[in-house]
Amino acid sequence: MSKPLIGVILGAVLGVIDGLTAWFTPAVRNELGGIVIGSTIKGIIAGIAIGFFAKKFQSLPIGIVFGVLVGALLAALVAIMQGGYYLEIILPGTLVGLIVGFATQKYGTTPAAAN
Amino acid sequence: MNWLSDEKVNRLRTVVSEPDFSATKYTFVKELGRGGMGAVYLAEDLELDRLVAIKVLNTPEITEDLRNRMVREAQIIARLEHPGIVPVHDVGTLADGRIFYAMKYVRGSRLDEYAAQGASLRDRLRKFQAVCDAVAFAHAHAVIHRDLKPQNIMIGSFGEVLVLDWGIAKIRDDPRASAAYQTMEGTVIGTRRYMSPEQARGEIDQLDERSDIYALGAVLYFLLNDQPKISKAAEAICSKAMASAKEDRYATASELSADTGRLLDAEPVSAYRENAFERVSRWVSKNRFLVLLVVAYLLMRIFLIFTSRR
Repeated sequence: MSKPLIGVILGAVLGVIDGLTAWFTPAVRNELGGIVIGSTIKGIIAGIAIGFFAKKFQSLPIGIVFGVLVGALLAALVAIMQGGYYLEIILPGTLVGLIVGFATQKYGTTPAAAN
Repeated sequence: MNWLSDEKVNRLRTVVSEPDFSATKYTFVKELGRGGMGAVYLAEDLELDRLVAIKVLNTPEITEDLRNRMVREAQIIARLEHPGIVPVHDVGTLADGRIFYAMKYVRGSRLDEYAAQGASLRDRLRKFQAVCDAVAFAHAHAVIHRDLKPQNIMIGSFGEVLVLDWGIAKIRDDPRASAAYQTMEGTVIGTRRYMSPEQARGEIDQLDERSDIYALGAVLYFLLNDQPKISKAAEAICSKAMASAKEDRYATASELSADTGRLLDAEPVSAYRENAFERVSRWVSKNRFLVLLVVAYLLMRIFLIFTSRR
C-alpha cells in the first residue's frame, strides 16, 4: 500500500471518529452530518498532504513534525470558521496529524528510485 | 643424573607433536583444537602475511583412504564459496607426508559460547537464519553437512556467521564416490544430540538435506532453551524442523530460514496457525506505538467530551 493511500485511509477514519464525537456536544448535534463530512474531508486532505510528504521525504521525526503542523493548521482553520470550540477542534486535529505523520513514515511502500 | 622438570618434559611433548611446516609457506603458532582424526593449528602464512587455520591428519596410521578423505573434505569446502562457509585457501602435504588444508582463521566464539555470553533472542535468531542460509547454499550444491551443531558454527568478531568442520560432509549422488569415500551403511556418524532419527539408526543411504534440517532444528532448540519466554510460533518452527518423519520437516533450509525471518519480523509463520486473538495480539505487539497513539487520541477525545459537558 502506498504512503499517500495510508494517509488518506487513516485520515478519513480518524476524521469520521472526530466528527462523530460532536454528538456529545448537544449544541451542535443537529449539524452532526455536516460536521462528520467536514471532519472526514479535513482528515483526507491532511492524509494526502502528509502521505505525499512521506513519499518524498523518509524521516520519521520530520514526518511527525510535518503531520503535526498540517493537522494543527487545518484544525485551526476549521475552528476559526466555527468561531469557537478551539481546544476541542485543534487538539484532536493536531493529534490526528501526528498519528498520520507517524503511520505514513513507518508503513507503506515507496516506489523504487529510477536508475 | 639431572632429571628434566615436568615443565620441560611437557614442552618436549608439545614440540614433538607439533606439525612440521618446514616444506610449506606456513609457520606453526599454536594448536587450536583436535578431533577424532585431525587437529587444527593456527599458523602464519609467510607469503601473504596472514593467520590461517590448518587442519592436519593426526592418526597413528595414515592410510591412502584417509589421505583421500582429507583431500575430498577440502574439495567439498572449496566448492562452497559463500560468506557463511569457511573458505579453503590451500591443500598440501607436510614434510612428514601428512595431508593438510589451510582455511580462513575465524576470530570469534562458537555459537554455544556466543549464546552463553547472553545474546538476546533476536540476535540468536538472526545468527540462526544466517546458518540456515549457508546450509541452504551447501544443499543447493548437493553437499550435506551431516554434523551441524553449535560447536561447528563460529560467530566472528564482526558478527559474521561461519559453518565449520565439513569433515563428514557428503556430496549427494556423487558419481565420483567410490567405496573408499562412502560411509558404510549402518555406520552412525555425527553428534548424537543433533542427529536425525535416520542418522542415529545408521541409515546412511536415507540421509538427505532434511537430516541437516533436523540438526538445524536441534540447534534452534539449543538457542531457545534457556530463554525465559518462547512464542508458540518459535516452538512450532523448532518442532517442525525436528519432526521424526523427514516428510514432516521443512523441505529446504531456505524455508526454515524464511520462517525464522517471519518470526523476527512478527509476521505469521508457516509452521503455526494462529487463532484470531493471537493474530490481533501479534499485530498490536508489532505496532505498539501506533496503537498507543490511537488510544491516546481516543482518551483525549473522551476527556474533551466530559470537560465540555460540565
